[in-house]
Amino acid sequence: MDIVGQKVTRVDAYGKVTGEAKYTADTEPRDILHAAVVHSTIANGLVKSFDLSEALKVPGVVKIVTCFDVPDIGFPTAGHPWSVEEKHQDICDRKLLNKRVRLYGDDIAAVVATDEVAAKKAARLVKAEYEEYKPITTVEEALAEDATVLHPEVRKDNVIVKSHMTMGEADFKFDEAVKKAEEEYGKDNLVLLEKEYDTPRISHCHIELPVSWAYVEPNGKVTITSSTQIPHIVRNSVAMALGLPIGKVRVIKPYIGGGFGNKQDVLYEPLNAYLSMVCGGRPVRLEISREETIIGTRTRHAIKGKVKALCTKDGKLLARKLEAYANNGAYASHGHAICANCGTVFKDLYHDDMGTEVDCWTVYTSSPTAGAMRAYGIPQSVWITECMTEDLAHAIGMDPYEFRMKNCMEEGFKDPGNGITFHSYGLKKCMEIGAERIGYKEKLEAYKNQTGKVRRGIGMAIFCYKTGVYPISLETASCRMVLNQDGSAQLVMGATEIGQGADTVFSQMAAETTGISFDKIYIVSTQDTDVTPFDTGAYASRQTYVSGMAVKKCAGILRERILDYAAYMINNEVTDISKTIYADVVKAAKERLLKAMPVDEVQGSMLDIVNSRVVAHKGEEIIDLFDVGVVADTAFYSLDRSEHITAECTNHCKDNTFASGCCFVDVEVDMAVGKVDIKNIVQVHDSGILINPKLAEAQVHGGMSMSLGYGLSEELLVDPKTGRVLNDNLLDYKIPTAMDTPKLNVEFVQLEDPTGPYGNKALGEPPAIPVAPAIRSAILNATGVSMDVTPMTPQRLIEAFKKEGLI
Amino acid sequence: MFDIKSFYEAKDVKDAVRALVNDPDAEIISGGTDVLIRVREGKDAGKSLVSIHNIAELKGVKLLPDGDIFIGAGTAFSHITNDALIKEKINMLGEAVDTVGGPQIRNTGTIGGNICNGATSADSASTMWALNAELVLEGPDGERIVPINEFYTGPGKTVRDRCEVCKGFIIRKENFEGWYGRYIKYGKRNAMEIATLGCAVRVKLSEDKKNIEEARLAYGVAGPTPLRCHKAEAAVKGRAVNDPELYDVFAREALTEVNPRSSWRASKEFRLQLIEELCKRGLKDAIELAGGEVDA
Amino acid sequence: MLKIVHMTVNGREVELAVDERESLLDTLRNRLGLTSVKKGCEVGECGACTVLVNGEAIDSCIYLTLWAEGKSVMTVEGLKGPNGELSPIQKAFIEEAAVQCGFCTPGLIMSAVEIVGTGKKYNREELKKLISGHLCRCTGYENILNAMERIVEETYKVCGDDK
Repeated sequence: MDIVGQKVTRVDAYGKVTGEAKYTADTEPRDILHAAVVHSTIANGLVKSFDLSEALKVPGVVKIVTCFDVPDIGFPTAGHPWSVEEKHQDICDRKLLNKRVRLYGDDIAAVVATDEVAAKKAARLVKAEYEEYKPITTVEEALAEDATVLHPEVRKDNVIVKSHMTMGEADFKFDEAVKKAEEEYGKDNLVLLEKEYDTPRISHCHIELPVSWAYVEPNGKVTITSSTQIPHIVRNSVAMALGLPIGKVRVIKPYIGGGFGNKQDVLYEPLNAYLSMVCGGRPVRLEISREETIIGTRTRHAIKGKVKALCTKDGKLLARKLEAYANNGAYASHGHAICANCGTVFKDLYHDDMGTEVDCWTVYTSSPTAGAMRAYGIPQSVWITECMTEDLAHAIGMDPYEFRMKNCMEEGFKDPGNGITFHSYGLKKCMEIGAERIGYKEKLEAYKNQTGKVRRGIGMAIFCYKTGVYPISLETASCRMVLNQDGSAQLVMGATEIGQGADTVFSQMAAETTGISFDKIYIVSTQDTDVTPFDTGAYASRQTYVSGMAVKKCAGILRERILDYAAYMINNEVTDISKTIYADVVKAAKERLLKAMPVDEVQGSMLDIVNSRVVAHKGEEIIDLFDVGVVADTAFYSLDRSEHITAECTNHCKDNTFASGCCFVDVEVDMAVGKVDIKNIVQVHDSGILINPKLAEAQVHGGMSMSLGYGLSEELLVDPKTGRVLNDNLLDYKIPTAMDTPKLNVEFVQLEDPTGPYGNKALGEPPAIPVAPAIRSAILNATGVSMDVTPMTPQRLIEAFKKEGLI
Repeated sequence: MFDIKSFYEAKDVKDAVRALVNDPDAEIISGGTDVLIRVREGKDAGKSLVSIHNIAELKGVKLLPDGDIFIGAGTAFSHITNDALIKEKINMLGEAVDTVGGPQIRNTGTIGGNICNGATSADSASTMWALNAELVLEGPDGERIVPINEFYTGPGKTVRDRCEVCKGFIIRKENFEGWYGRYIKYGKRNAMEIATLGCAVRVKLSEDKKNIEEARLAYGVAGPTPLRCHKAEAAVKGRAVNDPELYDVFAREALTEVNPRSSWRASKEFRLQLIEELCKRGLKDAIELAGGEVDA
Repeated sequence: MLKIVHMTVNGREVELAVDERESLLDTLRNRLGLTSVKKGCEVGECGACTVLVNGEAIDSCIYLTLWAEGKSVMTVEGLKGPNGELSPIQKAFIEEAAVQCGFCTPGLIMSAVEIVGTGKKYNREELKKLISGHLCRCTGYENILNAMERIVEETYKVCGDDK
């Protein structure tokens, strides 16, 4: 049938263009109570006391709770599967509300009122008295000897984790390698690069705010509807935070307006649930504002990379070293996982002849918390890695494309640390296609020896990305399929649709494997933890891979059960079926089948489902028998053998694979005003077989746009003196508008990955990786100026061009 | 919902003035694109609002009997841009207000609000300065006319009394006939921006299009209020359009007349670079629009 | 204080008592159940709450409901035909895969209605400017612009402004 690989229309498109698709705030009951959070106005310190007198006077206020009222229970927020091994559990450094303030805007109290204005007004009138400490907003400040320790209950200093990894010898040391190389190659034949590259803290900017509403059901179940990527994980954290057994908590996830990793964290759901509980279980909504979202939810880590690299003058990479420092902000959230991921790709993406040394520090600071964001540490990693690659190639006068071809990770690569293998390798093919599409060689030639203040440049960047999180963490997914009387089927997943198109590709997979036609697969888009089978949710680039395996397995079971019943119908046509309304249909089918394939007893394994018809294959010939609906209806209502045909299974995935790709850009740099105009951009992805090429392409567009912002305009600014976020709105925090976005060209190299359920591998996050470093490469090509800090804002560009005497 | 004490929709300008006089906590709201944001931020929370949003007499552009142009203060940006009279006579203003925010904001935000909020970054302001616009204000004591260069007193501050309603702007014939110009908005993005710098250049060329008869240069965000650069204007007056020193002289003088500040949004040095570069580009565009031939 | 407002919403005349502090966004969502109107920033920066007032796209989050007195308001709910048929704009958004998370979609479709309604032909750069008041984090605007280009082209063929 081959529905996998087709450009079918999204299953949720109709609901979304008509406005009928319901998001969290659209499902609220009327007369719901409104909550507002009171935030600290210091970045580091202790809440000593509150004066609630003015706030309580506001008409409509129902309840005010403060950090002195809430349960003293620490809980984790990371969207990781809970671990039953203590040492792999996430750090429990969160409370519902905090006495110990660790960022400007920390949650210290909450108001519930009958209307939104009253709640917000009362929240403004809550007065807190603090004992104030010096804000420590940077890694340097937090690592200083006299820095206040932000979480003494979990860490003795502000380092969350420091990790060390190597390639080559286990105890490989860069500095020793330099000595050895000097002996072997001669100092004059080597180039040693030592630089620092920096990345900004950024905001996810999903358009739907994190919103939730909660109430307590009559049976005592605390029920939260939330805009989350991870309903089952939210359920676990809410239960922990409130000290409830997990069965007492129910989380419902309707359509969500984007998440990009911010909603891969437990945000305000525990507090929302608590607020409903203290208001007698009445429904309470907690919709935080855009400003609160930017300050107080999660951000992408600012990671600074101090690198050393050694290569021969003819372009052989010998050794590299990275010291990565991640500013994790006030709470651990995903903890060290992201900076470690950054270090891993640094060492994986290129092959160092002698070895690689990586040290990663993840550090608490009194600033907005960093957590997961699309591509989980790899935009930072690839920025650092590719800046270094470019600067090395530039230093030895080699075409950066050739330098990459010579030194990048090769086919069959296997990370010796975690065993993740590049099962289907398309990296170099991507580079070839990208170079050809943009006219790389011609442009490289044409852009030589430019003068003037407006210059053209050509640039590129490459990346690799692991698909799921195995073996670093558990990968598990469940799926349920339920056959209807008409032969259609519900597909129920714990995996979540967050805009990426998961529901559509799961439906395609289910159709592909069951043989039921695509239009008869009804995916249940809403996850309800009381109903939906378990899945850890939308993160990594795991769902088409890991949850896709669950669909394939479940659909296979369903298909087998349908066919077994079909075989039973044929075998018992004279006895059981002859009494039914399908007697004639089955009789005729049996005759056709036995005529073509004479057997004593038909087995389900002899049959197949094609386009919702039960058939048998005889060589090339297809013997059409009857509709799946005939089987289903009979199975439901048979007086001889009633059976509701369903399937449900878990797939514990113990595999992983690399995706890869590259981006090429052709820019014009207007140096006098510090503007970069992207004249052409091509991104090429090696993501295995595409389940839905149209949606895959759209996914790449969005990632490219995000990386474009990462390269040119996006940066969350924190005032170092106060710890206060300066640009907490969508006017001052600059994601690209349509007018900032060039025509986005996308290509794919489709190589079947042997581990993917349908030959597929990661695509969700990789698109957000390579544009920024590719633009940097093109600016270097155009002007000779290496920009080491992203975003390359006009002001930074102008400063750099002035420094080089170009303007 | 907004935290406001009360809301009154005025029937006409006199009614609005009366309402403002009656309630010392009242503030005017026109398009709402600034006021409602301040209310939400808590800065203006709890205030009473006197709305002039739907007052018909404040809307539209008209030609006055003496050939001057009157722009109603309540005219939305997009209505200015699309107005036939503006397109014909002062297209530059239509282009300038077409850079405000995004299309939805331009459908509601008004030029009166843009000028009266006193922001140096207002996209209409530098062009209005270059046009020598005059404001018509009506208060409890009647009407008065204020030239725009006397209107601003500081960042966010103007000579408008709280009880005065800005009715509109008069642009005199001598300030647009024969004049051509360009407003360049510099933002970090190409839309949804507050100007990092705004630069308005207007020129009037000699009949043979060879010389600059007169030039005007005004900036937004080059100081605490919008400002004119009279020295730069004087420096290019009478110069040939293809004078090789024209642009450098213009920019050099302009730099002596501005006073940008450093903020987290942009450094003083960055703004000075833009001040220097944009006036050159604006002048070149203006000369070309006026029919002058510029050496490439 | 509650005040009475009269407006035409999606072609239907309504008379409503509203709190004078309400934004049009609040009224449409909470009193009329028109939940296609989305809240993304509350300050006119994201465009998710865009509706048409007298045919012009506005950010309903910073538009007081009382201003709509006597005016005509349109939301995406008003586009569907009597038998549930989609408008050509909605169809184009579906077919060009211009929809991902869908949160910016209703607002963008309303801007598209205004743009297409002019009957003018716009090139891609002009269309970019015309939708620049909408932030989308999923699509890079690429397929949205493809859908817009297509519908503008189709409309122009049928009823261009020079016809």
